[in-house]
Amino acid sequence: MNVSPLLSFLQGFRLPREQLPFSENEIEDALRAGWLGEQPGLTRTPRSWRCMRCGNDDPLRFASFPCARCGKNCVYCRKCLSMGRISACTRLAHVSLPLPFERHEAPLAWQGELSPAQAEAAMAVQQAVLDSRELIVWAVCGAGKTEILFPAIAAALEKGWRVCLATPRTDVVRELAPRFRQAFPRVPLAVWHGGSDERGRIASLVLSTTHQLLRAYRVFDVMIVDEVDAFPYSVEPMLEYAVSQARKEQASLIYLTATPSRAWQRDIARGKRQAAVIPARYHGRPLPVPAFEWCGNWRKQLERGRLPENVLSWVLHRLEQRKQAFLFVPHIDELEAVTRILQRVDSRIVGVHAEAPDRAEHVQAFRDGRVPLLVTTTILERGVTVPNIDVAVLGAEDRIFTESALVQIAGRVGRSAAFPDGDVRFFHHGKTQEMVRARRHIIRMNEEARKRGLLRT
Amino acid sequence: MNCLLCHSPYNPITNWRQLLFLEDPDVLCPRCRGSFKLIDGRLCEICGRLLEEAAPSLCADCLRWQEDEQWGRVLVKNRSVYTYNDWMKDVIALWKFRGDYVIVEAFRHPFARAFAEHFGRGWHVVPIPLSPERLCERGFNQAEALACLLPFPSFPWLARRHSEKQSKKSRRERMETDNPFFLPGHPPLAGKRIVLIDDIYTTGITVRHAARVLLGAGAAEVGALTLVRA
Repeated sequence: MNVSPLLSFLQGFRLPREQLPFSENEIEDALRAGWLGEQPGLTRTPRSWRCMRCGNDDPLRFASFPCARCGKNCVYCRKCLSMGRISACTRLAHVSLPLPFERHEAPLAWQGELSPAQAEAAMAVQQAVLDSRELIVWAVCGAGKTEILFPAIAAALEKGWRVCLATPRTDVVRELAPRFRQAFPRVPLAVWHGGSDERGRIASLVLSTTHQLLRAYRVFDVMIVDEVDAFPYSVEPMLEYAVSQARKEQASLIYLTATPSRAWQRDIARGKRQAAVIPARYHGRPLPVPAFEWCGNWRKQLERGRLPENVLSWVLHRLEQRKQAFLFVPHIDELEAVTRILQRVDSRIVGVHAEAPDRAEHVQAFRDGRVPLLVTTTILERGVTVPNIDVAVLGAEDRIFTESALVQIAGRVGRSAAFPDGDVRFFHHGKTQEMVRARRHIIRMNEEARKRGLLRT
Repeated sequence: MNCLLCHSPYNPITNWRQLLFLEDPDVLCPRCRGSFKLIDGRLCEICGRLLEEAAPSLCADCLRWQEDEQWGRVLVKNRSVYTYNDWMKDVIALWKFRGDYVIVEAFRHPFARAFAEHFGRGWHVVPIPLSPERLCERGFNQAEALACLLPFPSFPWLARRHSEKQSKKSRRERMETDNPFFLPGHPPLAGKRIVLIDDIYTTGITVRHAARVLLGAGAAEVGALTLVRA
């Protein structure tokens, strides 16, 4: 039987009809034949609308326009526009036939060794995958999460299952791709991110960003969600939705996280959700615990072109000792102000925010040691494991610094075995619950690691 | 309120006037609003681009247009609201190419103000049309969206044949391509002053092509109001 080009183009995906490079006739024929299905792009909810592609249901993220296609005033989703506009008259097409599958024998070529804590978690992940269950891998920053997945992925590939690892960040996808290629050299692997030409291809193993995953539909048997160090992206409901649509209904679901939400932590404590907890870093040294330091009304000081004295002396101390450091601030405006002030002290200091176009250059300069201190609003790539650094937060009381953000910020420090310690300082104008929770979180993880004998003494 | 562009919350009330006279609050936060650069200063009399203080009253491009027998005096003037900085490029891409129609609201007041300042009552508003193919692809016509911001009716008198995307051609090529515009009916153009509406004025060939069609059918004079002077 000849496979229809439309079938092989669309299988595994769900796309707006106007993005299909096929004639109306071919599409109509396929609809009549029954193997092509259609869904409306938007559906009504009691409060507003829901975008069926990205799951957006925030009334503020919809607008309407006089649509030339349907001739009406048409509502559209403002959230996922970069993938092509979904409006009320859009129809999403998908193939309802199952994809053929391919078994891979002994696919894993990786020969490294897991630490005892990693090995324990790896077993749990493999079992969850084989049983098609859900499992949270709660592993501290720097635990070595990627390797934990290898045995489970190998087991799935042997069964002919399709595996997807999804993450909010393009740079994580880029960084993981070569590691997976090395670990599974004979397995077809597709990397999906905005700039990749493999994003239209289904493979046995797929690494995808949130946005690209929105195109996939009911295609993966194993879904791994990696939100490691994702701040400020970790509370992105779009990823959650993309995962729910891209996986098969019975697929196993593995979450990798350093900072589960409070609701999840509660569920885990009560046994309502299963979790494999890795409380210790691969090098076996405890996590640095943040210290709190009051710094007064630092915003007012900034307006006067000054930094609070204790913050400035913290910075000067690092410069003197030639120890590199990150200084986190809540917003871009403050980033600019703080950077200006600090550049008077040392002109090599730079500020980088999440959307800064020259971000990559500055990060590289920091890595090379040419920048002594980086002022930033966001966790940079997770590849930024600069071995010997200190971290401070200015304005740790700001709403943006949630428990999980603060835990991840603290998790930057002491990641390498050669320099497992460092200073983590939260400068604040009034201690918050979130700060207290973050510190408690870190202390609890250290205690648990000690109890389980995972710390090297 | 949340900013129409960056979605971050901000306080839309900036002064007492606004409260007292119930002026519409800005739909953009101060940071996003401040990233647009209004064209303000000494302008080229024809194309409306910003000139150096000492420069002659026409820019080099417009001098070239005026010397051309065919094209001189086709367009009385163009006026644009904003310069084409990197920020504007991103916003236009989001608005026009990604299709985020509602962004046009950010231009409502500046665009209407520019119309009142440079044209006003007595001018007939005619948006630059898209070809049917492009209109279907894009879902809306950005020039019509701009025309709708003005407190005057707009007249869909022009139509356009499908041709290659303008942005892929050089000035020379643009000059030489056939005029894509035509009049689908017999609009009452005789003696009327027409102001064409479009999103970007780059070389000026688009509005001049349209202007020639209108002048040929009896319009008295044709100007243009564009959002951006590239």
